[in-house]
Amino acid sequence: MIQADGLTKLFGHTRAVDGISFSVARGEVLGFLGPNGAGKSTTMRMITGFLPPSAGRVAVGGFDLTDQPLPAKRLIGYLPENAPAYTDMTVWGFLNFAAEIRGLRGAAKTRAVNGVVEMCFLESVRHQSIETLSKGYRHRTCFAQSIIHDPDVLVLDEPTDGLDPNQKHEVRGLIRRMGATKAIIFSTHILEEVDAVCTRAIIIDRGKIVANGTPAELRQKSDMAGAVTLRVSGVAAAAVSARLHQIPQARRVAVLEEINGVVAVCVHPKPNVADGELPRAVGEAAQGWRIQQLQVEEGRLDEVFRSLTLPETVDQKTGVGSRKSEVGGRKSE
Amino acid sequence: MNALANIKTIARRELGAYFASPLAYVFIVIFLLLCGFFTFMVGTRMGTFFEHGQASLDTFFIWHPWFYLFLVPAVGMRLWAEERRVGTLELLLTMPITSWQAIAGKFLASWLFLALALALTFPLVITVNYLGRPENGVIFCGYVGSWLMAGAYLAVSGITSAMTRSQVVSFIVSVVLCLFLLLAGFSPVIQFLSGWASPVVVQAVAACSVITHFENFQKGVLDSRDVIFFLSLIGFSLFTTAVILRGHRK
Repeated sequence: MIQADGLTKLFGHTRAVDGISFSVARGEVLGFLGPNGAGKSTTMRMITGFLPPSAGRVAVGGFDLTDQPLPAKRLIGYLPENAPAYTDMTVWGFLNFAAEIRGLRGAAKTRAVNGVVEMCFLESVRHQSIETLSKGYRHRTCFAQSIIHDPDVLVLDEPTDGLDPNQKHEVRGLIRRMGATKAIIFSTHILEEVDAVCTRAIIIDRGKIVANGTPAELRQKSDMAGAVTLRVSGVAAAAVSARLHQIPQARRVAVLEEINGVVAVCVHPKPNVADGELPRAVGEAAQGWRIQQLQVEEGRLDEVFRSLTLPETVDQKTGVGSRKSEVGGRKSE
Repeated sequence: MNALANIKTIARRELGAYFASPLAYVFIVIFLLLCGFFTFMVGTRMGTFFEHGQASLDTFFIWHPWFYLFLVPAVGMRLWAEERRVGTLELLLTMPITSWQAIAGKFLASWLFLALALALTFPLVITVNYLGRPENGVIFCGYVGSWLMAGAYLAVSGITSAMTRSQVVSFIVSVVLCLFLLLAGFSPVIQFLSGWASPVVVQAVAACSVITHFENFQKGVLDSRDVIFFLSLIGFSLFTTAVILRGHRK
């Protein structure tokens, strides 16, 4: 439904978005990740036709946003960053306006407005002026506007920003449910959201795509992916480390901590080690120790995110960045 | 048809926004107070409405270019500046409408609002008809001219509003622009210019002025040239607004 080819946006001499290509099909929920200023919002503004691309093209439902903006825009529901809304209107008035401008009239309009009011839990503030609403309600009002015409394509710029944990949960549920029948693209910098909602995620940094895959695939890129953490008591750290170093599948063994006689170590696998081989080897090596915990790490998105978007401080090849992951890797999900 | 429906939807929302804030009421009250005060207490060189001794609304219309100088930019300043400040411009322009429909809808809404304010001066027409036998055609002509002039000021304010996020900046700049449109035909300025500039230049400058064109309406002359002047000023300003809005998105 969404097809972007070599999308580029220049602001003066700055390349805010630099040759981004991706596509989103119906039934997909694409998470757009990236640090602040990476070009997420700019990309979304080009998809929705607010900004014309400097180069490249974007099409929604087969309609190019530059050549045929109106049929493309009809297919899109858009929640801009910071969820703007006409503050002098009531929720009811605003949603009616949104429905009318989407071409809904009469009974269809009433049905659409009532539908989104219910779906976004706006019943209690229906006749309140948007100005007087709390941030969460205001956000949901703008969200309601974006789904009022049941669009095939939803573009959501930080849909859970500023919501409390319960509201976040509701909105994520809503996105996931709608994702079954629509093509959805949403930006976030909350990584847990990617796991909770996305079928696929793209990480962009300084205007370029640095990773594109399912959340599981992205996790595989993590330094921690497949690593085994082990907690044993009654043995000295040096002895634990020495014995684990003997394991042929181990690339590196790091002692994480030693508290009250409990030693925590992390064993990183060599590349191309089959699943389950390392934990088995670690288990064999640990015979005779009192094991308190043995855990296989799945890999962590925040670590992937950091390693991909902070190349100057983390170098994957030399493993300089691994120190961070060990610190953060103690608590596994 | 679709385009008209979109324009109507936008215009209705915009008009609603005026009345949702105190702006509309403050504007109407001040406009009516000013009209009353200047018509009955200040008047023209010939005297006030009563001293004039004529059944006409000359003392009323002659002040309109000056009222509008401050009042119309106050109506027009929020048109785009507010949308840009709050961020709703992004919402509006990603709706399935063209930017022309948005511009036309918003302009028409505020122009209709000014028409309403102008229509509320109807007691003056009743008064003058009660006191004497005025030429109602001339009065009607004056109203048409006044409304067209208000539209021209408004379209100019739309340009300055699209240029900035700040309503105050928009207000000040559009007052200055409208002042130019006004002074270009103001007789002291024309006299000053004719002292040294060639008559062609003086005429050209005076032709840019709203005063020169509005005077004809006041006399009851509905000249197509004057109508075209105001309409083309509106058209040009709306076009410039469109260019500026597109420029922001580049």
